[in-house]
Amino acid sequence: MTALASRRRHPMARAVLLVLGLVVTGLAYAAAEPGRANAAQAAADDVSAGRQVFIANCATCHGTNGEGRANAPSLIGVGAAAVDFQVGTGRMPLQSSGPQAPKNPVKLSPDKISQLAAYVASLGPGAAVPDAEEIDATKGDPARGADIFRTNCAMCHNSAGKGGALTRGKYAPPLTGVTPAHMFEAMETGPQSMPVFNDQTLDPQSKRDIISFLTTIEKQPSPGGLSLGGIGPVSEGLVAWLIGLALLVGCAVWLGAKAS
Amino acid sequence: MSDGNETMSTHDDAGHATEVATTESAGQPAARFDNPGLPEHQHRVTDVDPKAAKRAERQVALMFLLSVVGTLIVLVTYFSVKYEGHNDLMSRLTQVQHSTVLMGLGMFLALFGIGAGAVHWAKTLMPDDERVEYRHLQRSSEEDRAAAVGILREGAEEVGLGRRPLIRNTLIGALALFPLPAVVLLRDTGPMPGRDLETTVWKQGTRLVKDPEGGAVKASDLTLGSIVHIMPEGIEKTADPAAERAKAAVLLVRLDPADLNEESKKGAYEGIVAYSKICTHLGCPVALYEQRTHHLLCPCHQSTFDLTDNCRVVFGPAKRPLPQLPITVDDEGYLVAAAGFNQPVGPSFWERA
Repeated sequence: MTALASRRRHPMARAVLLVLGLVVTGLAYAAAEPGRANAAQAAADDVSAGRQVFIANCATCHGTNGEGRANAPSLIGVGAAAVDFQVGTGRMPLQSSGPQAPKNPVKLSPDKISQLAAYVASLGPGAAVPDAEEIDATKGDPARGADIFRTNCAMCHNSAGKGGALTRGKYAPPLTGVTPAHMFEAMETGPQSMPVFNDQTLDPQSKRDIISFLTTIEKQPSPGGLSLGGIGPVSEGLVAWLIGLALLVGCAVWLGAKAS
Repeated sequence: MSDGNETMSTHDDAGHATEVATTESAGQPAARFDNPGLPEHQHRVTDVDPKAAKRAERQVALMFLLSVVGTLIVLVTYFSVKYEGHNDLMSRLTQVQHSTVLMGLGMFLALFGIGAGAVHWAKTLMPDDERVEYRHLQRSSEEDRAAAVGILREGAEEVGLGRRPLIRNTLIGALALFPLPAVVLLRDTGPMPGRDLETTVWKQGTRLVKDPEGGAVKASDLTLGSIVHIMPEGIEKTADPAAERAKAAVLLVRLDPADLNEESKKGAYEGIVAYSKICTHLGCPVALYEQRTHHLLCPCHQSTFDLTDNCRVVFGPAKRPLPQLPITVDDEGYLVAAAGFNQPVGPSFWERA
């Protein structure tokens, strides 16, 4: 105590006090606002890490800054949702050019996908990845969803969500085994041949209703026995003609054959 | 020996062999051939081996028993698979599935068992030796034929139509007119369409509302590549909403204005175009929109329309482009029809101008 008191007139005392004050204030501020500081830092980290992922996996076609090339669209303004859908379903990175990028095993880890999404989102404002609330199927009304689905989606994706053919090798993929987040992102961003259903033309509640409808019918057993893929008269006709007719012909041959 | 061959051989027996051979081999020397008769009867295993017969008997009985089992499955399923107490839709549907599959399987066994047993019985155990039954001439005797003709002649003479032309002519007239009411009554099979096929609810200022959720659409709501299924506002208040909906359905799409040609731009608003959703081929809803190619595909017969070229037909059986609904915005920024359709929507019909 005496030692401290004896040095308080020391020429360096004022400077030491000033530094001490600044450090304490700074620490206190950092302690009070940890989330913001860390989040901003993490976001910046994600974007720069995402850029590395982008350069390694996407830049060959989409350009080093995502500006697009002749056969690859610009990624400026497509948003994180488009990345999460395209890369999260394995459609991108594209394996080979063709009429349509098919669903594939996912090639990037979820961390890398979110970093990539953060980078692409930083290129321009676009649709974000939906939160858990927006895609909670239990909060949707499957009956209303079915109504909307029949008018807006069923002509391509089949009324039971089993998919269907388009022109020149393109197709609407089946909606079974698709996660609610990817369903939402597909509506929001309109990947490939699919048109866009943004939040103004198809409000978030309607999207949730559609997701609820699709997850409901996916769980539903087929009341008629075998569903035969649920794609309507094509598979049913095929089974009737190939298997049913073969059985009938077999019976006819047996009827006509002479007993030995 | 099948029945067909037997009748052939009896046919020969009846003395027509020469005639047939002569006519069939015209230009060649007529060949007589002897009746080859029936081939030797081949006995089945079950005819000669009592053990095999016994085995066949057991097989037939087994098939009939299978049928009994099938019937029992149907009955047991009907009474044991309950829907009550399954308030949850999923478990209820599972019950329906079990019931359908089991009852279907049971009915199949029940019916097929009887049929298969009967056929197996007939083929293995019932007598299969050949029997010959001769055919006979179908023609009546000459005097019977002459008598019949005589009766008809006499009848015609007695009726005397030739002598009484008044009766004959009035009878012909009455018979000719008799079906007319039936033809006239066809009018009542349905109301005449009138001008229904040429008109829709759309007129200048009608707001575009979303189908099926409802709600007017602002031009700013549509981003590039957006598509909205549209009905005219107030269509539910019309006299026959279902019939009006079938004609008034419209697709609203936003494209890059640079992609649209001059003709498409006429009814467009800042790259937003509205076209009838009813195919000009057979009236299916054309709603498969491919965003990248700007093509609209009809699911029924693959007619394809190019949105950037005023919905010209680029593929398929449709002969006319989809009619465009010219649109604009009202004071509040909502999209409205600038006018109705300038031609009838949907497939062709006889009176179509």
